[in-house]
Amino acid sequence: MKYQVQENCLTIYLPREVDHHNAEEMKREADAVIDRNHIKYVIFDFEKTDFMDSSGIGVIMGRYKTVSLIGGEVWAVHANERIRKIMTLSGVTKIMQIYEEERI
Amino acid sequence: MKNTNEMEIRFDSRSENEGFARVAVASFMTQLNPTVEEVADVKTAVSEAVTNAIIHGYENKVHKICIRCRISENVLTVEVSDSGKGIEDVQQAMQPMFTTMPEQDRSGMGFAFMEAFMDSVEVESEPGKGTRVKMKKTVGKGRELWTTQSL
Repeated sequence: MKYQVQENCLTIYLPREVDHHNAEEMKREADAVIDRNHIKYVIFDFEKTDFMDSSGIGVIMGRYKTVSLIGGEVWAVHANERIRKIMTLSGVTKIMQIYEEERI
Repeated sequence: MKNTNEMEIRFDSRSENEGFARVAVASFMTQLNPTVEEVADVKTAVSEAVTNAIIHGYENKVHKICIRCRISENVLTVEVSDSGKGIEDVQQAMQPMFTTMPEQDRSGMGFAFMEAFMDSVEVESEPGKGTRVKMKKTVGKGRELWTTQSL
């Protein structure tokens, strides 16, 4: 998994498929980074992702719980239609911002 | 005789196999000429059922999971079964947001996703014996209009 930390903001570059198998590793690594760098904003970058199941929703919800305690936010960027559908259906869109990029 | 086809796979309940399981079912269903959307729906549902078997049915211990697929006309039936600990209260387990493991960041959306993406979901479970999830989906519903049109 690729991560980038800029000040108090963590960007997680998600893999092609987000399922229970790689969600476990992602949670562990992200939590360590959040803890160490006093992260307040978490950005999930779905650029490479074409599959996500409810385990991915669990990852988002869990990170939201952590950063919301200190007034932080969770964002999603580059989410394709399928990923948006999964997020909308799960209701996770109520707690996170989805960044809509301009369509060219 | 109807157009039918069947396949069955058995694999270890390791999380590495989640990807294998959904791709195997997805490739079996290609003979129905599904849309990208329909394949994604089935992959998500299979992923949820297999994940449930691994973390709830077998509680992360390694045993066997069985997937049986059947195609009859344009209906795909997928059965995911384990012989794990079973579900005490199936109705409660199927409630959206219900989870026995909130501390592990489980969203509790597994069955809700299966129901959202498949036409029907039936769960048979007996505590101590195991669980079988049977899902059906009609593939290529709205396509007849133009596929039957000849020039």
